[in-house]
Amino acid sequence: MQLTGADIVVKSLKEEGVEYVFGYPGGAALHIYDAFHRQDDVQHILVRHEQGATHAADGYARSTGECGVVLVTSGPGITNAITGIATAYMDSIPMVVLSGQVMKPLIGYDAFQEIDAVGISRPCVKHNFLIQDVNDIASTIKKAFHIAKTGRPGPVLVDIPKDITADVAEFLYPQDLTMRSYPAPRKALPNEIVIAVEAMLSAKKPIIYAGGGIVAASAQEPLRDMVSKLGFPCTNTLMGLGAVAHSDPNFIGMLGMHGTYEANMAMHDADLIIALGARFDDRITGTLHNFAPDAKILHVDIDPSVIDKNIKADIPIVADVKEVLIAFNNELTRREKDINPELLKEWWRQIKQWQSLDSLWYEVDDKVIKPQFVVQKLHEVTGGQAYVTSDVGQHQMFAAQFYGFSDTHRWINSGGLGTMGFGLPAAMGVKFAHRDADVVCVTGEGSIQMCIQELATCKQYDLPVKVINLNNRYLGMVRQWQEFSYEKRYSNSYMDSLPDFIALSEAYGHVGMQITKPSDVEGALKEAFAMKDRLVFMDFITDQQENVYPMIEAGKGHHEMRMRPGSKTLA
Amino acid sequence: MRHIISVLLENESGALSRVSGLFSSRGYNIESLTVAPTNDSTLSRMTIVTTGDDRKIDQIEKQLNKLVDVAALQDITIAGHLEREVVLVKISVLDEQIDTLKRIVKSFNASISDVSPNKFIVEMSGSCEKVDELLSSLQNGDIIEMVRSGAIGLASGEETLSIPCQID
Ligand SMILES: Cc1ncc(C[n+]2csc(CCOP(=O)(O)OP(=O)(O)O)c2C)c(N)n1
Repeated sequence: MQLTGADIVVKSLKEEGVEYVFGYPGGAALHIYDAFHRQDDVQHILVRHEQGATHAADGYARSTGECGVVLVTSGPGITNAITGIATAYMDSIPMVVLSGQVMKPLIGYDAFQEIDAVGISRPCVKHNFLIQDVNDIASTIKKAFHIAKTGRPGPVLVDIPKDITADVAEFLYPQDLTMRSYPAPRKALPNEIVIAVEAMLSAKKPIIYAGGGIVAASAQEPLRDMVSKLGFPCTNTLMGLGAVAHSDPNFIGMLGMHGTYEANMAMHDADLIIALGARFDDRITGTLHNFAPDAKILHVDIDPSVIDKNIKADIPIVADVKEVLIAFNNELTRREKDINPELLKEWWRQIKQWQSLDSLWYEVDDKVIKPQFVVQKLHEVTGGQAYVTSDVGQHQMFAAQFYGFSDTHRWINSGGLGTMGFGLPAAMGVKFAHRDADVVCVTGEGSIQMCIQELATCKQYDLPVKVINLNNRYLGMVRQWQEFSYEKRYSNSYMDSLPDFIALSEAYGHVGMQITKPSDVEGALKEAFAMKDRLVFMDFITDQQENVYPMIEAGKGHHEMRMRPGSKTLA
Repeated sequence: MRHIISVLLENESGALSRVSGLFSSRGYNIESLTVAPTNDSTLSRMTIVTTGDDRKIDQIEKQLNKLVDVAALQDITIAGHLEREVVLVKISVLDEQIDTLKRIVKSFNASISDVSPNKFIVEMSGSCEKVDELLSSLQNGDIIEMVRSGAIGLASGEETLSIPCQID
């Protein structure tokens, strides 16, 4: 079948099973937009800013495990998309970004809206392509999806000059793919499994540290199986929340900069750290020089480069974490009689003692709304089953600490890049994938204004997400750091002239609410969630001075957490 | 420690910038980097000379391997290997210095490859160390300009760099 390059692009997406493409048109992409007009297999979602398109595709990907797809034009189209591509890159999210490029003969001549998309995206993509020939479109798109989804996932950019989308070629979507330079991921050796399980069976102070790799590999089932077989304490990273349910008695909370005291102390005192799909980044470890001094490190990851990068592994296993967990479980079943819960008694006693400090405690107040309280009520009202996206700041940490996730793919936040503006468009992408579920964006009055224009997209496509704006009239996380480290010199962290969020929401055709009293929080949430088919923007006026505790401050180890003033102390 | 890493790279546009971009964005040293086609027209061979402790070199190799365009790599410094670099040095010499220059050139097995009035181009191929030595011997003369090719190398004997067969 002879088709234009533009039709080949769209047909290739259909072959990949793509449902939605999030995008924004422009000159270099117009042939492709015309091809979208000729079909209705793949739906194009028109956002209001290319950053929104990438975050929406990202939210779609994170909540489904599928690849998110983006289409933008050349020049400012692709530069606007870069923040979202980098966000996906840092969190290893599968995404394919198609960008229009100026015509081939014009490349290199500073043509109108020309930018070197391959060059500008290179540091924040897993791979990228500039297509040179119409005959390469189908195979390149096939490769792009393959690279984005396999191994350690990540975004892949495909840059397509405009003239190539007008050229004609035979369309045949390739079935197989050979890429000699992109081999299949390594598999674990039987011996590695035996050695790892041996270390588990003799550990007296073990901890399971599970990260975003569990989510990427959809490995929560075998993980939970292993946790229950061994009875080890388990902590999740910010990216791994939900891997082990918050209600699981073995779960000791999130770890890292704003993790629980017990999770960080247990990491510090452990004799065996079982790192699963996690990468020991600086927000997890604090300073490295006295990180977990007595621990043997068992590190499982599909990406060889994370092994020994920050922390040297004693038992490294490079393979798909799901396959490894299944192998661990088989070996543990074989050696069931060697599992000795007695060995862990003292360890659990110690952990319970740390837990008794209740490091996430906060002062309940009946005059001013505490942000933590809103998140706790949100959990109750949604039955803990909502998809929760967030922006970046204190509200993000409160959501992570207090929502209580029972499953993976439900907590959707920019952990690696920390991109303000992520939450609302990400929630749109989630909503497309989960029409009947509650989808919530927990945000702050600073972050929400970075992609607020997407409220219009929500209107156009009837996306009744609920926006929980924890409005403290400050760039709260910045203010907190200034309080702790800059003697309360609040340089440029106060937000003067905030918009009237109710009027703003209504202007976009949505429902706006403002909640100022703690006693109104629950009722307002119930009212909002009862409006199943409306986007409700809930502006919660919260405590201006609230801080996120506990905290590992800069230069401190994870056993030196700063606790909320007035915390209990250990006898 | 100094390492010579040989890389087989897909002959794709942008492949070189991926490698050089990796080194600059992650702050790895590059002492020299050379790249040219091989007998297989789909592959280029790159030679990177870098320095770092074992952990750094391990990271460099892992990060290089992650690049989709990298087909294979080998740290040839580990085993026996042959290392070569070409250097060209243009010097201006007074008549009374010519004999000294010729002596130096001979002792290094170098040659005078271009001659014009009072300006010679000296050429030599050898290990990077040898090149350094030649340059310091010529220090006293008047070096007008010089260029080094950067190191290339091959592991000796059985050791070869080739694309691993894909087993599915
Ligand atoms: C795009 C971007 N710019 C700047 C920052 C730095 N930053 C991190 S948190 C924060 C404050 C966020 O304020 P707000 O959204 O109101 O949330 P709060 O901390 O008050 O909950 C800032 C500016 C960032 N993460 N992202």
